[in-house]
Amino acid sequence: MVSGYNISGIFGRSPVAPLQQHMAKVRECAAELVPFVQAVLAQDADGILQHRGRIEVLEDEADELKKQVRLHLPNSLFMPVARTDLLEILRVQDRIANRAKDVSGLMVGRRMVLPEVFGPGFLQLVERALATVLQAERSINELDELFETGFRGREVDAVQRMIEELSTLESETDSIQIKLRESLFKVEDTLPPVNVMFFYRIVDLTGELADMALRVGARLLLLLAK
Amino acid sequence: MIVEAEAIYIGLAVVFGLFMAWGIGANDVANAMATSVGSKVLTIRSAVLVAAVFEFAGAVLAGGAVTSTIRKGIVDSSLLVDQPELLIYGMLASLLAAGVWLLIASKRGWPVSTTHSIVGAIVGFAAVGIGMEAVKWAKVGTIVMSWVVSPLTAGIIAYMIFSSVQYLVLEREDPLERARRYVPFYMFLAGFTIALVTIFKGLTHVGLDLTRAQSYATAAGIGLVIAIIGKIFISRIKVDPDAERAFHYATVERVFGVLMVVTACGMAFAHGSNDVANSIGPVAAVVAIASSGSVGASAAVPMWVLLVGGVGIVIGLATYGHKVIATVGHGITHLTPSRGFAAELAAASTIVVASGTGLPISTTHTLVGAVLGVGIARGIAAIDLRVVRSILMSWIITIPAGATLSIVFFYGLRALLG
Repeated sequence: MVSGYNISGIFGRSPVAPLQQHMAKVRECAAELVPFVQAVLAQDADGILQHRGRIEVLEDEADELKKQVRLHLPNSLFMPVARTDLLEILRVQDRIANRAKDVSGLMVGRRMVLPEVFGPGFLQLVERALATVLQAERSINELDELFETGFRGREVDAVQRMIEELSTLESETDSIQIKLRESLFKVEDTLPPVNVMFFYRIVDLTGELADMALRVGARLLLLLAK
Repeated sequence: MIVEAEAIYIGLAVVFGLFMAWGIGANDVANAMATSVGSKVLTIRSAVLVAAVFEFAGAVLAGGAVTSTIRKGIVDSSLLVDQPELLIYGMLASLLAAGVWLLIASKRGWPVSTTHSIVGAIVGFAAVGIGMEAVKWAKVGTIVMSWVVSPLTAGIIAYMIFSSVQYLVLEREDPLERARRYVPFYMFLAGFTIALVTIFKGLTHVGLDLTRAQSYATAAGIGLVIAIIGKIFISRIKVDPDAERAFHYATVERVFGVLMVVTACGMAFAHGSNDVANSIGPVAAVVAIASSGSVGASAAVPMWVLLVGGVGIVIGLATYGHKVIATVGHGITHLTPSRGFAAELAAASTIVVASGTGLPISTTHTLVGAVLGVGIARGIAAIDLRVVRSILMSWIITIPAGATLSIVFFYGLRALLG
């Protein structure tokens, strides 16, 4: 080891910036869902493939970043927060990108055409879910300030407020989901049953995406609690 | 025969002493300065300048006590009244051993301590070359104890300093206003502590003889002057809205940056008082014996010997040290001034106090202890404990290595010169 004769080696790489970069990538990936669903509604075949492609690329890039973060978090690191908690945040963040990929994959794979009663409502759900992801990213972006203050004082309060906001956003996606299922239930007899099954499925997956965003915040709260 | 060979002995001692001081300047200083460069408070150029001035000042003003411990605290010279040249060979061998070991270790990239090398070397030649009874084991025990106590003490002080920064500044609603208000107090504390210890230790050798009250007043005056100058610089810092948006504490950290310039000077001073003295102790011993012809002489360390150490370290810095400072400094990322200052202030005060009592401690290990203290206060994003372990391991390896080399050189020199 070249840095052996000096003390620079004892300062490990801070996990904050890589974790934030991963979250930014994940948000970018989830954000592609909105133009993707718009393309589906417009039945724009080129647009669908193009946005689906972007989602896949971004999800791959997020995976790569995740591996990098893990590699730079050896268990010899002594940090103000538990290493396992950081790894858990990373894992949950990554699942947001996975869900975006699942939703778009399912819609492309089944060549979905969304009926008039369902389509606009679903787009609204996706937009709301993205709002939760953005709020989760905002909370994660406070991590460097949290490290700066040593997880005490006004910064902790600020982050707690952000996570309350995140929680509100997530319950909005819940109520949109309930409404969507109701409207789908009313017309399901008129639609091909297999299609209906998968409409329910993409509602669930998008709900999970918002749920993962909330869970990022919940994990962040755990860091503060120690 | 002593008197005839006097010039040779003194000449060799100066050359070997310069060699070891060069090694300290080339390598060890980097550890003392790296935290300042790493937190981007000092540029490489200004770090080298600060190091040159304050290492030199530390060695000359405050290096006396450690010098005399190394010179006569470890070996019981009363056994050598009949053979004073043995002590000369031993001290020359120790200098050479420590210098060579530092060189090997730096080339290999091992983290070693100059202090541990020289103490190991002296104990080695005395125990094997002269006899087990020639070593003052009680004193050596105290020195070894201090190697455990000093990083611990620095760690505890750093923990307390950083906790106070959190409480007074970082966790408040108006951290910037509070930083502007409290940082001058920390500057006063840094200036006052280091000045007071240095004065108490005695500055008679530079012609200053102060009473207790005068000492306190002088130290307080120095602290005040530093705090006032610092306050002027702090009041000039303007808020940079772009940097604030990315990181809300950017301006707060710049205020702490001014403080870190002060603690960097303190760190260089402390390092000079402790580590340079290590290379000068054996030189002083050789000079005293060679010029008086006996081991009993209790003359004070001549001023020019301290200067040799100061000059050696500056040459080391100028020829090689600046590169090492650059490398080490760039390796430290994510250390902000609010942390760096806490670690440096804790380490510098611990080292200066230890130097004052004549204990040769390791600067690097003390600084590592201080960094861990800040880390335990949840102040540092990530500390690699593997590297901490390897630095601690070097304690254990360096002592026998220094001892073995010095035993070899001792027999070699005795055969050559005797």
